[in-house]
Parts: sequence; C-alpha cells; structure tokens
Amino acid sequence: MGILSSLIFIPLAGMVIVMLIPKENKWAIRWTATIFSGIPMIQSFWLTWDYFFNYSGSSAMAYVEGPFNWIPSLNIQYFLGVDGISVPMLFLTGLLSCLSIVASFGIDKRVKEYFAFFLLLETGMMGVFVSLDFFLFYVFWEIMLVPMYFLIGVWGGPRKEYAAIKFFLYTLFGSIFMLVAILVLYFTSEPHTLNMLTLIETSPALSHTLQMVCFIFLFIAFAIKVPVWPFHTWLPDAHTEAPTAVSVILAGVLLKMGTYAMLRISWPMFPDALRTLSFWIAVLGVIAIIYGALVSMAQKDLKKLVAYSSVSHMGYCMLALAAFSSAQAIAGCMFQMISHGLITGALFLLVGVLYDRAHTREIALFGGIGSKLPIYTGIMVFFSMAALGLPGMSGFVSEFMIFVGAFGALNKVLVGISVLGVVLGAAYMLRMVQNVFLGPFNEEKWGGLTDINLRELVTVVPLMVLTLLIGMYPKPLTSLMSATLENLITLMAR
Amino acid sequence: MDFQLPDYNVWQMLPEIVLFVWALAVIVFDLGTKRKTGSAVGYFAMLGLVVSGIALAIVGHGRGFGNMFFNDSLAVFFKVIFLGAAFMTIGSSFGITKEKIVNHRGEYFGLLLFSTVGMMFLASASELITLYIGLELTTIPLFVLAAFFKDDKKSVEAGIKYLVVGALSSAFLLYGLSFLYGLTGTTDILQMRFNLAAGQLSTGGDIGVILIVAIIALLAGVGFKLALPPFHQWVPDVYEGAPTPITAFLSVGSKAAGLVAFIKIFVLGLYAYYEPFMAPNDWGMLTGALAVGAMILGNVVAIRQKNIKRMLAYSSIAHAGYIMIGMLSMNELGLASVGFYMFGYLFTNMGAFALIAHFEDKTGSCEIKDYAGLSKSSPFAAMSLTIFLLSLTGIPPLVGFFGKYYVFAAAIKLAGSGPGYDWIYWIVGVALITSVIALYYYANVIRTMYFIKNDAPVKLVFSAPALSMVVIGLIGVFLVGLNPEPFIQFASGIPFTAGFILP
Repeated sequence: MGILSSLIFIPLAGMVIVMLIPKENKWAIRWTATIFSGIPMIQSFWLTWDYFFNYSGSSAMAYVEGPFNWIPSLNIQYFLGVDGISVPMLFLTGLLSCLSIVASFGIDKRVKEYFAFFLLLETGMMGVFVSLDFFLFYVFWEIMLVPMYFLIGVWGGPRKEYAAIKFFLYTLFGSIFMLVAILVLYFTSEPHTLNMLTLIETSPALSHTLQMVCFIFLFIAFAIKVPVWPFHTWLPDAHTEAPTAVSVILAGVLLKMGTYAMLRISWPMFPDALRTLSFWIAVLGVIAIIYGALVSMAQKDLKKLVAYSSVSHMGYCMLALAAFSSAQAIAGCMFQMISHGLITGALFLLVGVLYDRAHTREIALFGGIGSKLPIYTGIMVFFSMAALGLPGMSGFVSEFMIFVGAFGALNKVLVGISVLGVVLGAAYMLRMVQNVFLGPFNEEKWGGLTDINLRELVTVVPLMVLTLLIGMYPKPLTSLMSATLENLITLMAR
Repeated sequence: MDFQLPDYNVWQMLPEIVLFVWALAVIVFDLGTKRKTGSAVGYFAMLGLVVSGIALAIVGHGRGFGNMFFNDSLAVFFKVIFLGAAFMTIGSSFGITKEKIVNHRGEYFGLLLFSTVGMMFLASASELITLYIGLELTTIPLFVLAAFFKDDKKSVEAGIKYLVVGALSSAFLLYGLSFLYGLTGTTDILQMRFNLAAGQLSTGGDIGVILIVAIIALLAGVGFKLALPPFHQWVPDVYEGAPTPITAFLSVGSKAAGLVAFIKIFVLGLYAYYEPFMAPNDWGMLTGALAVGAMILGNVVAIRQKNIKRMLAYSSIAHAGYIMIGMLSMNELGLASVGFYMFGYLFTNMGAFALIAHFEDKTGSCEIKDYAGLSKSSPFAAMSLTIFLLSLTGIPPLVGFFGKYYVFAAAIKLAGSGPGYDWIYWIVGVALITSVIALYYYANVIRTMYFIKNDAPVKLVFSAPALSMVVIGLIGVFLVGLNPEPFIQFASGIPFTAGFILP
C-alpha cells in the first residue's frame, strides 16, 4: 500500500479499532484516536517534505497509485496521486485533524462514537485530496457528509438538529449536480473515462454549451461547499452549532475542498466556460467579501462572528479564482486557503476554549478578560490580527497576492471594492477584541475563569508558528506549488 | 400437416418443482407434528429455498415446453432475487411465528413458498397465459398472507384491500392480454413481437387504437403490481397492515415480479422501444411520466409519515420510479441497471425490514417516535438501520448509491445519444432532486434514533435468525456497494436475453 492509500485507510482502521474498544475506556479511545490521526499527520508532514525536495520541480503527479480497475464495466478506477495543490491541503488536513482530536478530549458524551465518526471524517477528507478518478472523488466527497451530520447533530449546540440536516441537505443538493456532470463527462469522452487527468486533456474540445452546463453544475456543487454567496446559509448554522473541533475541521478543511475541487477539476477542465463566466464569479466573490464582513460586524455571538468572517475570507479565494490568468492570484488563492485554515481553525479553537469556561459566547457579556487571562488573550489577539491581515502573518501575504494578481487580471473597480473587505475585517475583529478583552472587568461574573491550559496550548501553538512562518517567509510554500500552478495557468489559458 | 410435439424438457423446471413440492411438504410437516413444530418449520422452508437455489444453479440456461419456458439471464437473475427475498422474509418471520401465528406456521411458510414459485414461473414465462398464471400464483397467496393476523383489523383491511385491488388489476391485465392476442394471433411473446412489427410495417408504422387500448390496460395491470402512481393507492394501507415480513416481501419480491412482467410484456413482447417503428420518445415519455409521478409522489408524501412501514411504503413507490428510469433507457445499460438496482434494493430493504420487524416484535410498535434513543440502548441495531437508510438515500459507497448511479448512467447515455432525447435530462433532474428530498425523511429516522433523548429506550436483544438477516443485509449492502463488478457482470446479461436485439 502506497503512502496515499495509507493516508486514507489508517484513519479508517482507527475507526474500526475505536469501535471495538469498550465504551467505558474513554481514555483508551481518546488515545487510540490520537494515534490513528497522528500517524497520517506525520505521514503528511513527511509527504510535504519529500515532495518539496524531490518532486516540486515538475507539475507531474507524484506518488501515483494506480490506475487500478475498480469497476471495469463502467471504467471506474482506483487512482491516486498528488501535486503541488494537493500536498498543502493534505498537510493542513493531517495537522488539523490531529489537533482537533486532541482538542476534543473534553468531549465526555458518547466518546466512542464521537472519535469513530471523526476518524471516518478524516478518511473522507484525505480521500478527496488524493483522488484522481472522478467517481472515487465523488465517493469520498459524499462519505464525509455522514460523519459530519452526526458530529453536528449529536454533539452540537442547542439548534444542532436543524443545523445538521441543513448541512446534509445543502451539500447533498450540491453533489447531485456534480453527479450529473460526472455522467455527462463520462459519456461524452471517447473512450469513456472518469480519469480526471484525461478529462482535463480532452474536455476543452467539447461544445461550448456542454462546457457551460458542466461548468455551472460543478460550480454549484463546489460553491455550496466553499460556500459562495448565495449558497452560504448552511455555514453559520453548522459552524455555530457544531462542537469546537468540528467547527475547526469545517472551517479549516471542508471549505477548502470546494476551492480545491475548482482548481483541480472544473477550472482546468472548462477554460472556455471559465473565460465566459469569470466576471460573474468575481462578482460573487466580492459580494461574499463585503457581505460576510458586514454581517460579521453585526454578530453578537463570538462563534458566529468567526463563521461569517469565513464567508468573507473565502470570498477572497473566489476573487482570486476568477482572476485565473494571473499566476499571482492563483498562488494567493492557495495561500489564502492555507492561511484561512490555520487562522480560522485557531480562532474556533480559541472560542471553544473560552466557551468551555464561560459557557457563553455572547460578546456583550464579556469585557476586560485580558487582565484575567493574559496568555489566552495574547494568543487570541495574535490570531485576530492575523485574520485582519496584519503584515508579517500569513493572512497578509495571501490577501496581498490576491489583490495584486486580481488587479491586473480583473475589472479594477471590482477589485477596488473588494479591498474594502480588509477595512471591514479590521473593524469587526478589533471591535471584538475591544469588547471581549479590554474595558472594565466584571470580577464577580468572570472571576473564576482560568487561563488556557497545556493541552489547549498544544493545539494552538503549532498553528501560531505556521501562521508566522508563512507570513515571514512564504518562499518555500511558493516554490512547492509553483510548477503545478504554472501548469494550471497554461491549462486554463487554453 | 406434420405436427411435431414440442420438446418438453421438464428438467428446466426443476427449481420450481422442487420448491412447489417443498411448500407442500412444509404444510404437511406442520400438520404432521400437530402444529408443535416451533421454529423448525421455518428453517425447513428456508432449506427448501436453498435447495431450489442449488437446483437453479445446476439447471442453468435453457428452454422447455417449446418456447414457453425460458431460463435465460433475465429469468435466472430475477429468480435469485425472488429466492433471496423469500429467504430473508422467512428469516425475519420467526418473531411473529413464535408469538402471533402459533397455529398456522405451516400455512404461513407454505404460502410464502407458493408465492415464490409463482414469481419464478413468471420470470421464466415466455407466453402470455403462463405469465398470467405465474402472476396469479404470486399474488393469491399474498392476499392471504397480508391478512394473516386475522384478529387485527388493520391486517384484515390490508388483505381485503389487496384482494380487491389485485383482482381488479388482474382483470385489467387479462383484458389487455386478450387485445394483444386478438391483434397478433399468438400468445407467444417472442412471436408476438414479430407479428406486431410486421403488422406495423404494413400500416406504415401506425400503432392503431386497439394497441393503445391494450397498452393502457396492461399498464394499469402491471402498474398496480409495481405500485406506480396513479395505481399506488393500495400500497400504504396494505404495507402498514400486513405482517412486517410480508410487507418486506411485497416491497421486494412482488415489486420485482411486477418488473419482470413489465419487461416481458412491454420490452420483449411489444418491442416497446424498437426504433424505427415506435421511437423511444413515445414509449419512453409514457414510462418517464410514470417514473416522475412515482418519484415525486413517493418522496414528498413520505415526509409526512409517522409510521415507519408507511414511510417505507411511500419510499418503495419512489424507488419504483427510479427503477422506471432504467427501464425507459433501452440501451445495454438500461435493463442491466434495472436488475442491479433491484438486487441492491433486495439487501437494503430486506435488511431494513428485518430490523423493523424485530423492533415490532419486541415493542409492538412501528411508530418512528418510538425509535428514540435506540442508538444508546442498542447501538448495533441503530447503526445497521442507519446504514440501510443511507443506502436507500443513495450515499456512497453503499449499494443503493451504486444502483442509482447505474440507472442514471443508463438514462444519461440515452439522453446524450441524439437530439430528440433531451427530455431525459429533465427526468434525471427530477430523480436527483427527489433523492435529496428522500434524505430528509430517511434522516428523520436516523435523527430520532441518534439525536433524541429517551429515558426508557427499548433494548433490542437479537435472536439468531433476526441477527443473521440483518448481517446478511449489511454484508450485501457493503459487498455489492464496494465491489459491484461481478454483480454488474451478472446483471448485464439481462439486455441480451430472449433475443432482445439492441437498437
């Protein structure tokens, strides 16, 4: 079994083992889950390292497994491989999954099922980022919905049932469009194939109408995941109701699957349709940026604020994707995906830390916490600054690259409007910091709060380090992706 | 004139004969032990199904009674489904034969086997009268079985309703068949096709009023069996009232039998989709309209159901709609996908019903709200039911997804084959949207089991047969879902069956 298969199947094996442990042994379950998400994490680190030194010079797929025949009569294959855009995503998935599992040690209700579902979720996510067969990709894309549904529905907040089914219905609704596109592509390709690499080669030859239809269908499927305005309404509910660790995964990995799938599949596959629609995609991106930021400003709930800020931040990705002709913008999109994963993941973790102690997330109820919880406040302010794009942190790098790239490639007015998002981002983040951490301290109400503990620190500090590292020295990440991105640009320029 | 006796080849009927004799033996066995047999008679009946299955494997393909009895790929494939459905039905019946029908175990199992024999005959029939007799032998025991709880008003109501509707549909069917005989002068299905084509050639492709009347009557007759709207009204009441294992048998076995009758009459006999004469557009649109009706009605009405059996009744109407999509796309994928879908549906639905039957045995309830908290008290049962329901929804990698994928693939292949077929995209669209709606009501059961707290949840202790049925269902759902290739190969013989020539 190659390394990519093991990334998929080790968490799955972990799920089976967790299910076999008697449910009273809570600590055994927790540690087993940690080990079985820790191994893929280390593997993904090694993969990133190895890819960087040995494969990043070319755009060819690395660590290819297959194609092995899975269902020969419908030409469905088991085909895995990674390149410069999937390796960073695997890194992010491995890291955030393990950290989230550690962050979930506080879960005390139905521990066994929780960790089993979490590991199944990791299997699905890893699978999405390594599949090169369209059917396989779809299978993993769907597998993930089930554990997510349960994780939100069983362990979530007060409106968990509503949020869980809403998430499930929305994403399934998107998936059916993908299914149609898959089938149409299958039957229009000659010989019939579901191999993504072959489809990317052949599909620009399709008629313009067919390209447009497939592109729009795939766009709907992926846009719901991102989520692009106006498909975003599942996100605030799911993020707010989900338990902390699940919010981290939702924001850190699941949303990226949408943009990743666009870059991997629909963008290079239908350059014609992309050219026709890029302006409108940019408009959707700008709406998301401004709308997400404005709604964030109005939020009273800390977690909802972070959730809506995700809508805004993913809007930058869409803006960058619309500027597909600029290498800088596409690289910026990748940077934004990674840095949003790190920063928002951390913000959700931190909100969870506070919620565990205070049992409320109401911004107005806090104030002056800074003097009581100095370490926590420091970290939280750090990530707030990162989220609003302070230079020196990863958020700044990505936003800068996106704006520079998009300004050259897109309508300048549109990009000009989107820059407003940065100002608005600063506004809601600073307002939050001010209301929660500064000002008068309510001693009798929050006197019992304790500062962040070691386990929680372990989950946040790696994200801090990476945020700073990428912000200070983005070069390694750029060179990791550059060959792949160049190839993508040429594919999209066909 | 030299009259040649047909080649009887009774050997080809071995599986049916074995099962028929076995059914008689089951009844005698129960009587002979003065109705004290307990579960033994059930195991005996299951053994009969296994023996019949072995006989089926030995006999293989062939024909008998001239051209009246075919053992082709279509027949063999569906006979496996019938035997499997009967096997799992009996396996999940031990609860009720232990508690409720203490004095009629022999008849219960015997009638079930008779019905299975009827289905198997039907699958092999290549002649209208044989087909009709097979269909009657299928349904008449089911009338009795549906009303088997004779002290239970709902069960009796189910039996009566099923009897009246069934008789009516048989009358329609027979009426339609008589027209066909009048038009073509033969009851041989294969010959009928040629006579019909020849007749149409001479009239320049006009199908004529009589044939249209015949088609409508036949559609009504078969539509009742398949539970396609607007012939579906009996379904929810009968499904709710009948003993749960019989409901399961109705939803899988009886539906598959209706499907076979549909294939035999419309595809093989009427050459429904034979191109230059009757373009797929007319026929396909008719089937497509039925499919759309079934999918929308089944899925939308299921949302409101509070009784899990009624919910699955509507869901089975919806699934008949999905199957019809495979039916209308008459390419090499079409009929194969229908067979595959049914094969997957066998495991999924029988597994789900095995659990529901077991739950009913323990609690006496089929209300969805009583499933609350099941995930805590009986995690295995809750997990299994969840898997079955997700498979019915069509979540990969479970078999239900693959069946749907295959059916849609067949339809989209046809849709892309020519400019006149664009409407098929809309049918696939409806199918996909309704399968999202379906998620809502299936997830409602899952939600009840997992998310809703219950202070005194039911603890299900599995008996050996109930557990094995659930496990068989689970194995089928995962095995056929993850490795569908051999089953696709098996099903892909269907379109080449009985001289059906691909366009």
